[in-house]
Amino acid sequence: MSSELLNSLWVATGETLYMTSVAAVLVLLAGLPLGVLLAIADEGGLWPRPALHRAVGVLVNVGRSVPFIILMVAIVPLTRLLAGTTIGTTAAIVPLVVAAIPFMGRVVEQALREVDSGKIEAAVAMGSTHAQVILRVLIPEARASLIRGLALMIISLLGYSAMAGAVGGGGLGDLAVKYGYMRFRTDVMLGCLVVLLVLVQLVQWLGDRLAARFERTSS
Amino acid sequence: MVELHEVSKLYRQGDRDVAALREVSLRVAPGEVFGVLGQSGAGKSTLIRCVNLLERPTSGTVRVDGKDMLSLDDRQLREARQGIGMIFQHFNLFASRTVEGNVAYPLEVAGWSRTLIRERVAELLALVGLSDRSKAYPSQLSGGQKQRVGIARALAPRPRLLLSDEATSALDPETTRSVLDLLRDINRKLGLTILLITHQMDVVKELCDSVAVLERGQLLEQGKVLDLLSRPGTRLHGLCYAPFAMREWPANPGRRLVELFLVGAHATRPVLTTMARRFDVDANLMEGTLDRVGGAPVGRLLFELTGEPEAVSRALDFLREQGLSPEERAHV
Repeated sequence: MSSELLNSLWVATGETLYMTSVAAVLVLLAGLPLGVLLAIADEGGLWPRPALHRAVGVLVNVGRSVPFIILMVAIVPLTRLLAGTTIGTTAAIVPLVVAAIPFMGRVVEQALREVDSGKIEAAVAMGSTHAQVILRVLIPEARASLIRGLALMIISLLGYSAMAGAVGGGGLGDLAVKYGYMRFRTDVMLGCLVVLLVLVQLVQWLGDRLAARFERTSS
Repeated sequence: MVELHEVSKLYRQGDRDVAALREVSLRVAPGEVFGVLGQSGAGKSTLIRCVNLLERPTSGTVRVDGKDMLSLDDRQLREARQGIGMIFQHFNLFASRTVEGNVAYPLEVAGWSRTLIRERVAELLALVGLSDRSKAYPSQLSGGQKQRVGIARALAPRPRLLLSDEATSALDPETTRSVLDLLRDINRKLGLTILLITHQMDVVKELCDSVAVLERGQLLEQGKVLDLLSRPGTRLHGLCYAPFAMREWPANPGRRLVELFLVGAHATRPVLTTMARRFDVDANLMEGTLDRVGGAPVGRLLFELTGEPEAVSRALDFLREQGLSPEERAHV
């Protein structure tokens, strides 16, 4: 592999990390409240709003059932509005975030539902506000599952980002398609795969370690 | 302290209403330990949750410390709840918090300062005997220790009422005893009123001053534990004591079968031997139990009284003069 290609691999890795990390932060910021809503608004939940719960649930399912490649094209106007352009790494973040928020919402919901309802009852019996129950009990008690979910979400973003790259977003996916696939450069293809594999492994390992540390004290 | 008036709770099940509670009324006096005894499914857990409104009654009124709970708005209800401690069968401790973090929680909610919280937590952990485990996590504690943390947490904001939801049902007999002792202790030391629900007769006998028996959502009876226990015919008596074996007994004024319930001082004084000596009769013990209710000895005896018919009658009168109520059993 020439130094020029090594350089492009380096640049592409940076782009992938940029897309994934910015998207991850935004997805977490939106997905956490969404998941909390899904978890508490259900019938018999902390803040039962069955109609709202159903409506949001349907919306999330719609979001999750649209294939990413279609979603990317469908939300081009939104992308232009938010990023000012529809091509490039920054523009790719918009569809990444839109696609991953419903997923993250479900992951958070799942984690929060695992918290024993007796603990929530105890917190309510002690005179907690809803905000206190959510921030001081629900989320801390679910933190191991939440961290595993976060790792899962970041890994999905890495996968999506490769796809986004292929349609002009830059990053490892872009490089793999342009050089590795179209120009039959097996070495470039392998390079991209190795970097992605290392990133996925790293995120999974970190997530597992952190979650296990919390589980040691809390289960 | 707690006053429920005709509290009913209906649940929608399919297309019909199922009553978990039917017009339940009860009064818990300040400073007493009040037990609600019932089998699972009797509605105990709904009843205790209607006191701090974890569940809202369908009808009826709930007063705690004079306050009409159902008329409070959200903020007032949260404040009222801070004055009502609650402990649970499965402890419901926060696994992500240490022992001291758990005890501190209700104080954080109530807006106490850090310094005050630290002092109060240390005080409570000393009270429940867990000062050396303050940095431990719940997962590192035994069941009895967990319930002690639960008790410390419930007592933290100095409540005047403690609700206990089957607090000893998940514990082994020895641990149960030590938790009951602790509850009795804080009831006396702090003058704390305790309302508890249980399916364990032993809890009622050891800890409660008053009791209510709940069956299928309805209150059958309520009163002082000793009172109900000593009256054959009450549900509590029936639940506590198996009936004495029925036997054929010839009607004979000189041989009578007598059931006697001895409470407190009577159970420790030699009433029967005094009677036997004074009236020259024999009391032949046939069946009986002796145990303790609220720390006081209680005996229930079945004996055969033999002697001159006249003497036997006078002996029975003597027992009545002593404030006892001997009851004759089974004639043929």
